[in-house]
Amino acid sequence: MQILVATRKGLFRFERTKPAHWRIATAEFLGDNVSMVLDDARSGITYAALDHGHFGVKLHRCSKGTWEEIAAPAYPPKPEGLEEKDMWGRPLPWSTVRVWALETGGRDEPGTLWCGTIPGGLFKSTDNGSSWQIMKSLWEHPKRRQWMGGGADLPGLHSVLIDPRNSKHVTIAVSTGGIWHTEDGGETWAQRGEGMRADHVPPELTHDPIAQDVHCLAQCQSDPERMWVQHHNGIFVSSDRGRTFTEIKDVRPSVFGFAVVAHPKEPGTAWFVPEIKDEKRIPVDGRLVVNRTRDGGRTFETLTEGLPQSHAYDVVYRHSLALDESGEVLAFGSTTGGLWVSENAGDSWSCLTHTLPPVYCVRFAAA
Amino acid sequence: MPRIEFTPNIQRHVACPPMTVAGTTVAEVLASAFADNPRARAYVLDDQGALRKHMIIFVDGVAIADRTALSDAVGENAVVYVFQSLSGG
Repeated sequence: MQILVATRKGLFRFERTKPAHWRIATAEFLGDNVSMVLDDARSGITYAALDHGHFGVKLHRCSKGTWEEIAAPAYPPKPEGLEEKDMWGRPLPWSTVRVWALETGGRDEPGTLWCGTIPGGLFKSTDNGSSWQIMKSLWEHPKRRQWMGGGADLPGLHSVLIDPRNSKHVTIAVSTGGIWHTEDGGETWAQRGEGMRADHVPPELTHDPIAQDVHCLAQCQSDPERMWVQHHNGIFVSSDRGRTFTEIKDVRPSVFGFAVVAHPKEPGTAWFVPEIKDEKRIPVDGRLVVNRTRDGGRTFETLTEGLPQSHAYDVVYRHSLALDESGEVLAFGSTTGGLWVSENAGDSWSCLTHTLPPVYCVRFAAA
Repeated sequence: MPRIEFTPNIQRHVACPPMTVAGTTVAEVLASAFADNPRARAYVLDDQGALRKHMIIFVDGVAIADRTALSDAVGENAVVYVFQSLSGG
């Protein structure tokens, strides 16, 4: 088993040498901003998205130990005369600013990848990333132009979930723009997410699904009707594949955070990393904790064993909390370069290092 | 013919040796340079063909004015430098 850690200054592979023992096996793209990493268990290929400050976003693919640059998702030509502005009135770039989601298609779709980007375009590849096509049906959806900046200045598509029962059923989430769903492989899209609440907009928009700042969306693999949302305003749970959500309140120490992962087999179990909302965005009282529910959100345990409990200012971004296929092994990385692993579903944690660059994405991979 | 040179920092990603190229505008000069080196294009220009936000191009020492259509004139003996801005690091 490996942990892939994408950071502001490189991609690190941690290798499990024996139970509870991990070491850095490789450090790749050192000095480069690696915004996303993906291991495709179907093919054994690893993908890394690089964000060169000057030279733009690039994608690299590693097969059998050799990296090569491949096509990066590119937006179609902007129609002549089209004026589209961002929330500051500046022209919205029809250009990939960041790769913010990268996922494999279904098990019945070898070679298929999905890529979410800032400023909001969703792309699909059917050839292991050699070429990409923008999902025009979503990009040209009239309501897409209501998406706004949230986690970044521009709208960002950060979550892509493929229903394990039917690969044409895809659910995405946007910050901000709420949750969208297709049941025909992307031919048509519909907004979902009734029941979520946004308190950063006027009252008449509070419950508008398109106004929702979903920070991260997760789905239970064995019960895909169960979805979890870590939202700007709290935690929400769905039992109907994102059509409706129920808010979970009064979770200590905070309902604010960025990341959530769902247990693959237990629909009632999910993990979150709480922070102080929202202008501060640091752990409450300087204590780094993980919250776990095992009863669908009725109660939460605050897990602290092995995590720093004083003067910890680690923020865990939305892609930086990972869970393995068993639901027992978790890992998360922080903005201050910490990386922790638990091999008992979060009951206790081991710090593998606290000297990494800021961590943007953590994934488990086969060795 | 104009001469074009690229920042040394781009070389670790994609080789861009100095070359003489055809063209009377920045757009034409870049098109000539990228014709035999298509991978370099996306390092300099964005998805719409405009100059990337944190790149800068000088023609005979003067920063170009048109970063979108790249219509600035390039003289027959001009030197075009493709650099990175100090911003964007």
